[in-house]
Amino acid sequence: MFGLKTDWSLDVLPRYFTLEDYEGGEARWCPGCGDHAVLAAVQRICRDEQLAPEKTVCVSGIGCSSRFPHYMKTYGFHGLHGRALPVACGIKARRPDLTVWVATGDGDCCSIGAGHWIHAIRYNMDMVVMLFDNNIYGLTKKQTSPTSQPGLSTNTHPRGAWLPPLNPTSATLGFTNASFVAQTADWNPAHLHATLDAAYKHKGLSFVRIMQRCPQYTAKVFESAQQDPSLVLLLNHENGIQIDPAVERIFPNQLTHDPADLPEALRIANREDVIPIGLFFHDPNRPIYESFTTEGMAMTVEEKMDALDRELNRFAI
Amino acid sequence: MSNTMQTAAILQDDDMAEANQRKPVLINEHIVEIVSDSGEGAQKCGQTFGTISAKMGNGVWTVEIIPAEIKPPARSQAGASGIRIRFGDHTISNMGDEADLVVGLNEQVLYGRIDQDAFREGTIILLENKWATDPAPEIQELYCNAVEDFKKRGYIVLELPMEEACLVHTSNPRLGKNMFVLGMLCEIYQRDVDKALNEIAEVFKHKGEKVVSVNHNLLKAGVEFAREHVSYCFTIPPVDVDQELLVMNGNQAVGLGVMAAGIEVVSMYPITPATSASHYLAGVVDQVGAIVHQAEDEIAAIGFAIGCSYAGKTACTITSGPGLALKSEFIGLAVMSEVPLVIVDVQRGGPATGLPTKIEQGDLMAAIYGSPGDSPKIVMAAATIEECFHMVITARKLAETFRGPVILLTDANLATGQQPIPRPHLREEWFAPPFDQSPWTKDVPPYDWDPETGLSPRPIPGQVGGEYVLTGLAHTQKSKVAYEPHANQLGHEMRSRKLASLRATLKEPGVYGDPEGDLLVVGWGSTLGAIQEAVDRARAEGYKVSSVHVRFLSPLQPGLRDIFMRFDKILTVELNYSDPPEGLMNQTQPGRPPHLALVLRGRTRRDIDYWSITQGRPLKPSEVYDVIIDRLEGMGIKPSRSQKVAAGS
Repeated sequence: MFGLKTDWSLDVLPRYFTLEDYEGGEARWCPGCGDHAVLAAVQRICRDEQLAPEKTVCVSGIGCSSRFPHYMKTYGFHGLHGRALPVACGIKARRPDLTVWVATGDGDCCSIGAGHWIHAIRYNMDMVVMLFDNNIYGLTKKQTSPTSQPGLSTNTHPRGAWLPPLNPTSATLGFTNASFVAQTADWNPAHLHATLDAAYKHKGLSFVRIMQRCPQYTAKVFESAQQDPSLVLLLNHENGIQIDPAVERIFPNQLTHDPADLPEALRIANREDVIPIGLFFHDPNRPIYESFTTEGMAMTVEEKMDALDRELNRFAI
Repeated sequence: MSNTMQTAAILQDDDMAEANQRKPVLINEHIVEIVSDSGEGAQKCGQTFGTISAKMGNGVWTVEIIPAEIKPPARSQAGASGIRIRFGDHTISNMGDEADLVVGLNEQVLYGRIDQDAFREGTIILLENKWATDPAPEIQELYCNAVEDFKKRGYIVLELPMEEACLVHTSNPRLGKNMFVLGMLCEIYQRDVDKALNEIAEVFKHKGEKVVSVNHNLLKAGVEFAREHVSYCFTIPPVDVDQELLVMNGNQAVGLGVMAAGIEVVSMYPITPATSASHYLAGVVDQVGAIVHQAEDEIAAIGFAIGCSYAGKTACTITSGPGLALKSEFIGLAVMSEVPLVIVDVQRGGPATGLPTKIEQGDLMAAIYGSPGDSPKIVMAAATIEECFHMVITARKLAETFRGPVILLTDANLATGQQPIPRPHLREEWFAPPFDQSPWTKDVPPYDWDPETGLSPRPIPGQVGGEYVLTGLAHTQKSKVAYEPHANQLGHEMRSRKLASLRATLKEPGVYGDPEGDLLVVGWGSTLGAIQEAVDRARAEGYKVSSVHVRFLSPLQPGLRDIFMRFDKILTVELNYSDPPEGLMNQTQPGRPPHLALVLRGRTRRDIDYWSITQGRPLKPSEVYDVIIDRLEGMGIKPSRSQKVAAGS
């Protein structure tokens, strides 16, 4: 930070970015929406890491949370419902120099875009995927989402949702080549920030499920956990999410969990008695798809023309 | 009567007798088919035969006969697998009419071809005869009945112990018989056997010397066998070739075009008949520093390509009709947010899964209008294998200049057809330029639409000062979400204006034949060769018929209305479905017209007559000729002079 290098030589950065450099249009989410907290956390990380706004791309699908790119002053791609991940992967394919943040909701990621979710985890390209999980479709006005709790009255299930909810964290842990899977909550900004920061620093796809409330439609979900921290299980470990001890003390229930332990991560993710937050799984050595997709990028036009000329010879008669 | 029928008729009278004495009969073209069960190597045999013929200077067109299943039941009509080779002393532009000589490895698969009207009276059939002595009596019976039936149909049947002869050289004649057949064909058509041996060595070199030598022996055995058992012997003089030629199919041409356009990412999902283009590319793109990405589905394939392109790297996606349908929402996004992208649609029969391996020109409307809302995009169609190469390069350039998606339509006929084409001379400007990372001019919005042309430059991530949020929502020039009525209207106008700008730069299509006359045939895509051959035949008989082939369907090439004014009747010929023009069920409503006719009626405000079929096979020149004559007779027109011409004129 501030251009200070470890060897103590002073190297003043030609540009220094403040929070303002990442603040796009005024966020039009409802007051009290958890999305505001996520936006603030990402802007802070960008500032702390001095990410050049022109080299940062926020990609989203459709939904309330997918408005995210509009509120950043970086490059952004607000595309189609459910399709943020293929676009984000395409952006990274030949541009490993770009930092990619993906904003997706529980409908966007776990329902219409579920196929891409599985495969993006498998591609494991270097990006942070933030699942804004408020258990409801907000933008289209209160339809059941795959993560809605049974009994939740919605416009598509007025007598209460009846299917068991999909667990995005345990599902992701089950997808092949998952490399970073964490869960955090919008009501604890310190943990949220620390989780996204760790996610940013991981090379590979970091999947972060952010539990949040929709003040309009699901104000009650997670309310008990917010009011009674003993309902939350804080995962800690030297390789986990590092938070201020003062914040840590809020949580009476803590568990030391080694993020290298996948079977244990799955057991914790499936617990129904508590809401676990923290880093479930981390393997920095999983293959990343960029190591394939960036092949040949340095080739010059002359080299390409020579190669193609040789290839044409194969068809010569 | 078609060219080839005339040839055969002549041969039957006199020359066939001569041919019988193994003195080569001079002919100007022939259509040969090799038909077998799937997996017997007929395609490899035919392709090699085509290549040898091309190397000897003949015009060649080969088309694969592909069953829809990987392992269809043996000895079944549906399992007919093989290849047709049409070759002659002139340029060959299509598969032609009926076959002159057929090698059948069993009799049942030939019924698959009879269904397609692939044979005629006088077609010579060289038939494997081991089935006559098959241990299963029902197979013996089927075989004998078929041979009787073939003879009744007027085919000339030669029953030959091909497999028995192969067994001398290989324990597995199922795999080796194709090279034996190649040897037979080389002898029958007086091909250069050394060229054949070299081809075999090339084809099998990765399998080792032993395999090469077995196949060489089989080829030589085939030559000997034909000399002994087949009395027919023909020779086709070479064409004078003054330029270097390459032999390839349309999907390989697309693949080479992708590389010559400097496209870095080919994002695809497997779909017949497009996949072979990606297969080809997957094997070679690393040489030009590009990649093939196999996505999890068709939607992801285009999404990935759009992501690449948004980030300044050129990308394309190659698909077929069902894939195009799945991609349509993303195509709309590329139109709305003005992301350059090349989409190749190798058309097959539809709707739904339709006819996966067979040809249809059924995606034109879907390509032009297939996304919800008004989504103006460039749609072009390759008419030849050579155009499959060049049009990809054009498409890449147009996508970037006009900032949006370009759909290039080819079809199963081009995809599997093989033809010698002039070797392209690569040019540096064909390759995509390096992506711009210089600072973006301050205060220039991301959609700085020129009010005249609708064109605007595009910021690429990495360009300082160009930061914008691309959105699929209606937006202003600054890419800000806008629901205001005027902003929406303006966006639509600017996107549509780009097509008008492109149209202003396009040339009017050339007229094949006289610039005026009684009837003008209009086509698009791979039917070019068959239509022009039919027009040639009609013109040789003195009819005033010409044709026009449309390459740009959206925007529609200019000048068509003026051309149409010079003809009494305009007739579209297409390979897609239409109701009879007079309508169905005695209703006063006319029938549903086919795609091109609809487009032309709307855009040229001319009454357009039409004819189309959807039988899953390429057009025959003879059927187009018959339609031309039918329409002319309907107009009360007789030829101005009666003159029958020989084949190949």
